[in-house]
Amino acid sequence: MIQPARLAQPPTLLEVINLSKHFPIRRGILRRTVGYVKAVDGVSFRIKEGETLGLVGESGCGKTTTSRCILRAIDPSGGQVLFRQADGRMVDVTKLAESELKGLWRNMQMIFQDPYSSLNPRMTLLEIVGEPLLVQGVARGKELEDRVAELLRRVGLRPEYLRRYPHAFSGGERQRIGIARALALHPRLVVADEPVSALDVSVRAQILNLLEDLQEEFHLTYLFVAHDLSVVQHICDHVAVMYVGKLVEMAETEELYFHPRHPYTEALMSAVPKTDPDLRSQRIVLEGEVPDPGNPPTGCYFHPRCRYALEQCRSEPPRLSEVAPGHVVSCHRALELSLRGVPE
Amino acid sequence: MGNEVLLEVKNLRTYFFLDEGTVKSVDGASFDIYRGQTLGVVGESGCGKSVTARSILRIVDPPGRIVEGQILYHRGREVVDLARLDPRSDVIRSIRGAEIAMIFQEPMTSFSPVHTIGNQIIEAIRLHQDVSKAQAREQAIAMLHRVGMPQPERRIDEYPHQLSGGMRQRAMIAMALSCRPKLLLADEPTTALDVTTQAQILEILTSLQREMGMATVMITHDLGVVAEVAQWVVVMYLGRVVEVADVRSLFHDPRHPYTQALLQSIPKVGRRSRARLQPVRGMVPNPYNRPRGCLFHPRCPLSQPGLCDVVTPELVPLGEGRQVSCLRCGRGGQA
Repeated sequence: MIQPARLAQPPTLLEVINLSKHFPIRRGILRRTVGYVKAVDGVSFRIKEGETLGLVGESGCGKTTTSRCILRAIDPSGGQVLFRQADGRMVDVTKLAESELKGLWRNMQMIFQDPYSSLNPRMTLLEIVGEPLLVQGVARGKELEDRVAELLRRVGLRPEYLRRYPHAFSGGERQRIGIARALALHPRLVVADEPVSALDVSVRAQILNLLEDLQEEFHLTYLFVAHDLSVVQHICDHVAVMYVGKLVEMAETEELYFHPRHPYTEALMSAVPKTDPDLRSQRIVLEGEVPDPGNPPTGCYFHPRCRYALEQCRSEPPRLSEVAPGHVVSCHRALELSLRGVPE
Repeated sequence: MGNEVLLEVKNLRTYFFLDEGTVKSVDGASFDIYRGQTLGVVGESGCGKSVTARSILRIVDPPGRIVEGQILYHRGREVVDLARLDPRSDVIRSIRGAEIAMIFQEPMTSFSPVHTIGNQIIEAIRLHQDVSKAQAREQAIAMLHRVGMPQPERRIDEYPHQLSGGMRQRAMIAMALSCRPKLLLADEPTTALDVTTQAQILEILTSLQREMGMATVMITHDLGVVAEVAQWVVVMYLGRVVEVADVRSLFHDPRHPYTQALLQSIPKVGRRSRARLQPVRGMVPNPYNRPRGCLFHPRCPLSQPGLCDVVTPELVPLGEGRQVSCLRCGRGGQA
């Protein structure tokens, strides 16, 4: 009956426009600002409701800072973060007053990487998972207990564990506790920052399956920050690649993996260890290291490591442009190069 | 393909005697390491892969110790049983670092923070080789250059904290390989690194290995890394070897239910399938409360009551160097 509505494109839940976060570099006795680390530098993307966007890149590329700015865990230096409210209005998160953040966090929650340091060892599961409900005034007393028990059951933990402390649980179980806490308020956007990278391979699969089930059940939208490209391919609908604070490429997952248009994406894809000895190495080994974001190269930030770099790349910073529907790239040579993706 | 044995681990048992009980970290592991080849050792945390490597080098910290088994190192014409040596004896000291070296996930495990990397590499060289300080410094610079350290003449006088993670990893490899060991034990050397740095480090390790004819044991939980570098693979579970195979057979025709389950549980990059991952059932058991019989039986889809929970399986040869330790598939595979 509701077929026509289901065929329609889901609305955009989150739109990030030109987001930046610059950290000052201070030196000397007077702590004068001598420069800026542009941790996030003009990043734009959007996520549709019910979808998963993967944000990938190497350590220091700004993916975590981006996610923190979206949640207003830190204040961005510039740009807009538009978040669709339940009534359809788009609200700019960056403009919210401190007092309005509590309302925002009812709708946006985070899952952290380290299941050991992200849970307070002195709190029971009831207190950890129940805290958001209590703070937001959603439930208390017996009702709170029931809701926490239900949440624990939903993430695959026994409700009897309510009064236990985190130390009694394994890494995978702790990650489930973190997920239960994030879901307590029925948020619409969940930012998952490397949620499975601290877990063992067999546990990783359990948590990824859980995240997928919960997404379907609660119609969640995920921003999935990760560096493991096989995990990202498995779980994400779209993927955005960051390098030194900038977004260099973004596309639908298969398009990006099989037909990358940015040389950095190509190198990333070739560097992923493939679980098939017959595909052994056609690795592209990049020279050098990721540049210091406090002192980035001129022109395209990737040019010193790029095997396709031309004179223009050294001087002129490329702009992000659409090369195919839904596929944006920031490379001067995006249209002429034919790059290799992962083997199909 | 010229499988000349360099080191044989036979029925190794390394236990940790704690107040809470005995942890059988390695409980009857057996495998061979061949000259010039790479052996991948895979398994999840707590399966005993690191303790096995530390046992070979005899650097297991108390309260852990080797309680049984042999580690036969083929040193020229003679065969030395490393498991019998005193960890402080001259023999093991002349082997450790010179003939068998080790690198770690966290390079700061290898380096002292208060000495320059150069001094530490030079010390390692002069401990095992009769060379002057100047010669050792030359060698150290050459080695740093070989592992891709930019400006090695300058970097050699820097302290570990002045280097980035990838650089430190390179410096550690340079130190480990400075005496041209016969065997390198690499314990998760790329786990903490980004993919592009990981690719650089794996490239350096494989090319140096070819150059020096050195054998490598690559300990990792990442099956992708094993598929990239290993010729032979040992799969460990709770301190025991459950399967030994050449790398192609392991990935294309795994025999042990645990190996099969592990391979099915990982997302693979490439052909997209939104098919659900199949996690290994259940959880790794508590180390103080190990299952009876086959250690994997509580999680195994093939487990047969009355057999797998009673009888402890042995490693059974399947031909062509393959071995599997499973009561349900060993014989079937032979037929």
